[in-house]
Amino acid sequence: MTAQAVLATPATLDAVALRSDFPTLRRTINGHPLVYLDSAATSQKPQVVIDRMNQFYAEEYSTVRRSIHLLSAKATQAYEGTRRTVAQFLNAPETRQIIFTKGTTEGINLVAHGYGRKFIGAGDEIIISATEHHANIVPWQMLCEEKGAHLRVIPVDDRGELILEAYEQMLTERTKLVAIGHISNALGTIHPVEDIIRLAHAHGVPVLVDGAQAAPHMPVDVQALDCDFYVFSGHKACGPTGIGVLYGKVELLERMNPFLGGGDMIETVTFEKTTYAPLPHKFEAGTPAIAEVIGLGAALDYLRGIGLEAIATYEHQLLEQATARLSSIPGVRIIGTAQRKAAIVSFTVDGIHPHDIGTLLDQEGIAIRAGHHCAQPVMARYGVPATARASFAFYNLPSEVEALGVAIEKTIAVFAL
Amino acid sequence: MSNTSLYGEQIIYLSKHPKNFRPIENAHYLCEGANPLCGDRVTVYVNVGADDTLEDVAFQGSGCAICMASASMMTTSLKGKKRAEAEQLFDEFHRLVKGELDPQREAHHLGKLTMFENVSHYPVRVKCASLPWHALHNALNHQSAASTE
Repeated sequence: MTAQAVLATPATLDAVALRSDFPTLRRTINGHPLVYLDSAATSQKPQVVIDRMNQFYAEEYSTVRRSIHLLSAKATQAYEGTRRTVAQFLNAPETRQIIFTKGTTEGINLVAHGYGRKFIGAGDEIIISATEHHANIVPWQMLCEEKGAHLRVIPVDDRGELILEAYEQMLTERTKLVAIGHISNALGTIHPVEDIIRLAHAHGVPVLVDGAQAAPHMPVDVQALDCDFYVFSGHKACGPTGIGVLYGKVELLERMNPFLGGGDMIETVTFEKTTYAPLPHKFEAGTPAIAEVIGLGAALDYLRGIGLEAIATYEHQLLEQATARLSSIPGVRIIGTAQRKAAIVSFTVDGIHPHDIGTLLDQEGIAIRAGHHCAQPVMARYGVPATARASFAFYNLPSEVEALGVAIEKTIAVFAL
Repeated sequence: MSNTSLYGEQIIYLSKHPKNFRPIENAHYLCEGANPLCGDRVTVYVNVGADDTLEDVAFQGSGCAICMASASMMTTSLKGKKRAEAEQLFDEFHRLVKGELDPQREAHHLGKLTMFENVSHYPVRVKCASLPWHALHNALNHQSAASTE
C-alpha cells in the first residue's frame, strides 16, 4: 500500500507519509538529508512508477499494436490504458485527442510543424509572452523565420504578471496562433490563461497552452479552459523522462499535417502515395516509448490518488511560507511576486552569484536550480543574468523550507568576509 | 559550513576585489569568453611586448565568485610571463581544475593558483574557473570569442 492511501482528508495531504513513497528522498547528500527543491526541473519518482516500469520490462515486455501475440496485446492494452488515464487527467472529451510525445518541447514542435507550417504564412503573427521558456519561444522563431511570419510578445510587469491590455491590442486579423505558458517556470506566475484563451477565440485564434509547470501541480480541465492545444511532460509529473502529452481539439488535429513519418502513423503506403492513420496514431510514428507511457500512467494515477486540489492547496502553503521566510532575509530579492503563483521561488542574493548559492546550498544537502532556467529573456527583463530557484512539490515539508532559509543565511555569512 | 574547501577566504576576497579589473585601451589581443549555461561573461585583454612578454593582462565582466577570482589570479600570475609560459600555465591550470594534475606530486608552475585545486571536486564548476583562461588562450591565438560549450 502506498502512503497516498492513508491521506488525512481530501482537502489536505500528509506529506510526511507521502515522502515514504519516494526512495530518493531517503538519501543523504554531503552528509545531510536531501532537501529536494528542484521539482520544476524534474520531479522525483514514487516507487509505484519505478515498480510499474520494472514489471513491464521484467514480465510484460513487448511492442504495441503491430504483433498478434498475447504479450503485444497486453502491452497495447496497457499503453492505450494510459491514454485513457491522461484523457481523464485533463478531462479531455475523447482519448484520440491525446497524443504521446517525447515531452513538452516535442509537443510544441509538433504543433509548430503540423499546424504552423500548414496554416501560418508570410506576414502572419504568433503571440507568446515575455515569460516563456525557450521551448515555447524557439519553435515559433524557427517557424517565423521559415514562413516570414512575426513573433509578438505580451509584456510582463515588475511583479511578473502579463499586461493583458497590451495583449488585447496585439490581437488582429494577422494573429494566427497564441502560445502561452500556463505557469512561468522562472517566476512561478500562474498566467490568466482563461482570459487569454477567451480573448483569442473572440478573434478566431487558436491557443496552445504549455502546461509543463501546471499539470503536475493543479487541476487542469482542457474543456473548461477551452484551449485548443495543451502540452505537458511526464518527468515533471512523477513520471519517466522522454514522455509527454499533446492534447488537441479534434478538428484541429484532423486538419494538421503529421509530424514524423513512418511506423504506425500510416494507414496505407504505396510508392505513389501514403494515407495517414486516424487520430491519435497519425502523430505517433515509429515504435513509441512503451515503458515510459505505462510509467506515465502509473504516475498520473498516483497524482490523482492524492488529488490535484489537495496538491495545489498544500504547495501554496509551502509557497507562502517560503516567500515569508526568504523575504525576511536581508539581501534576498524574490523575482516574481504575482498574485497568483505556483510554488516556485526565484531569487537573488546581493553580492552572491546564483551559482555560488547553488553550490553552497548543495553542501547543506539542498538541491535547487541556479541559472537562467532556459528562460533567458525573462532574466533580461529583470536585469539579472541568472537566479537561484527553489521549486516545491507535495513531498516537500515546512521543515525543508526552514532549512532553505537557514542555508541561505549561512551562505550570506560565508560571503560576508 | 563545509564549503571552505571551495570557497577559501582568498577566493571570496578576490571575487569581491578583483585585480586588473579594467579594460586595456587598444589592447593587442582581446577575447570575450561566455558560458551560455549560466550567463557568465569575461573579456580578457592582453598586451604583448616585442620579446613575447605579456606586459599587461586585464579583464572585465561578470560571473560567479569562482570565475571572478580565477580571472583575477590569472591576470596577476601572467603579467611578465612569456607567451609560451602563459600557454603552459593555461594547460596546467586546466588540468588542475579538472583533477588531472596533482600539485603535490607533479612539477608545475602554478604557485598560488593551486588554491583552485578543490574545484576539481565540483565538476559543474570547472567551467567557471576555466572560462577566463579559455578567453586568454583564444585571445593569444587571435580568436575574438571563447565559449565553455
